[in-house]
Amino acid sequence: MIKVENLSKTFGPKVAVNDVSFTVERGEILGFLGPNGAGKSTTMRMITGYIPPTAGVVKVGGNDVTEKPIEAKRLMGYLPESAPLYTDMTVEGFLGFCAEVRGIKGADKAKAIDRAIDMCFLKAVRHQSVDTLSKGFRHRTGFAQAIIHDPDILVMDEPTDGLDPNQKHEVRSLIRRMGQSKAIIFSTHILEEVEAACTRAIIIDQGKIVANGTPEELKAKSELANSYVASINGTEASAVRDGLGTVIQSAKVTIVTDKAPTVVARVFPKKAGADGELGQAIFAVAAQNNWKVNEIKKEEGRLDDVFRNITLSDNQVQ
Amino acid sequence: MNPILTITKRELGGFFNSPVAYVFLVIFLLMTGAFTFFIGQFFDRAQANLQPFFMWHPWLYLFLVPAVGMRLWSEERRLGTLELLLTMPISPWQSITGKFIASWGFLILALSLTFPIWWTVNDLGSPDNGAIFTGYIGSALMAGGYLAITSMTSALTRNQVISFILSVVICLSLVLCGWPPVTDPLAAYFPNWIVEGVAAFSVMPHFDRLQQGVIDSRDLIYFISLIGFPLFATSVIIRSLRS
Repeated sequence: MIKVENLSKTFGPKVAVNDVSFTVERGEILGFLGPNGAGKSTTMRMITGYIPPTAGVVKVGGNDVTEKPIEAKRLMGYLPESAPLYTDMTVEGFLGFCAEVRGIKGADKAKAIDRAIDMCFLKAVRHQSVDTLSKGFRHRTGFAQAIIHDPDILVMDEPTDGLDPNQKHEVRSLIRRMGQSKAIIFSTHILEEVEAACTRAIIIDQGKIVANGTPEELKAKSELANSYVASINGTEASAVRDGLGTVIQSAKVTIVTDKAPTVVARVFPKKAGADGELGQAIFAVAAQNNWKVNEIKKEEGRLDDVFRNITLSDNQVQ
Repeated sequence: MNPILTITKRELGGFFNSPVAYVFLVIFLLMTGAFTFFIGQFFDRAQANLQPFFMWHPWLYLFLVPAVGMRLWSEERRLGTLELLLTMPISPWQSITGKFIASWGFLILALSLTFPIWWTVNDLGSPDNGAIFTGYIGSALMAGGYLAITSMTSALTRNQVISFILSVVICLSLVLCGWPPVTDPLAAYFPNWIVEGVAAFSVMPHFDRLQQGVIDSRDLIYFISLIGFPLFATSVIIRSLRS
């Protein structure tokens, strides 16, 4: 539904987005990750037709955003960063205006407003003026505006920014629910959000895509992914290290903590995929040496490690 | 509903939801009355026409029209709603036109509320109502021209005060550029065609002719371009903001 091809944007000498390509299909929720200033907002603004690209093409539902902006915009709902609203209107008036601009009138308009207000939990402030709303309500009004016409495509710039943990949870589950029938792109710098809501994630840094995959695939890129952590009581650290060193499937053993009486060691696999065997081998070594094992657990890999590794290494090169 | 009308409706709602509209209407009516009767000496002249009423309009509009139009785009920029508006499925032209129509309609409403003066002059004598009608047309067109200029200056900045000052200065130069104290010093340094070119921008002769009941296509073309060109410039400015 969204096709981005070789998209670039330069502001004077500064390259904000550099040759970015990806697609989002119906039923996908794409998380857009990256440090501040990585080019997330600029990319989203080009997708929604707010700013024209320097080079490249954005197609929304088959419509080129530069050549057929009206048709493309009709298919999209957009929540800009920090959710701008007309402060001199009531919530209901504002949503009515957004519906009318999108050509929804009469009874359909009333229905669309009710639906958006229900979905975004705005009933309490329905007749309140926007400039008296708290940040959470403002944000949800912006969200309601984006879904007022039940769009096939939803583009949201930091949809959970400024919400409290309960509201964040609500918005995430709303995104997940809507993602079953829509194509959704949202940007965030909260990594747990990607794990909680996305079917796919793209990490963008300095205007370039540096990673693209499911949250699981990204996590697997972590150095720690598929390693085992063993916590053992009453044995010397050196003995643990030597003992685990005999495991043939392991590439490396490190001692994470050594606080008597507990030793925590990490065993890295030699190659990916053989982690089941590695686990069995660790158990076998522990049994042989009669270690008092508190816990042996497999590491899934952490998204924030991957994120930091990818986005920091680039900065340090420069 | 046509998107232009939707935009117009929202803008008008914005005016009347705040005290701005009412304050403006009251001040506009008080000032037109005061200028006509006290400074224009409407009664002492003992003439059945609205010349003392219309003669102040270029000056009144100089401050009142920028006050109405200064928020048109600068407020959108300040609130960030410009991004919202321009990612809706409507063209920038529709937004520009919708906003312009709303503010112009409001100004025309204010102008039409001066009807008691028309009633007064008809009660006291038998004026040339055709000339009064064209005078009102000219006044409305002039307000539209000032407003289009304000729309342009408003798109230039997110600060309403700057937008106000810029449009006052531009409109003032349109009022003054045909005035002898301005054209005479120019004539001392520049060839005649430049002086006449500058003077041709003046709003006064065109408004004067319409007040006298003369409908000349040149005056209408002048006012239409006075509205059209700044609105076109507004669209150029808005496009440049997005890149």
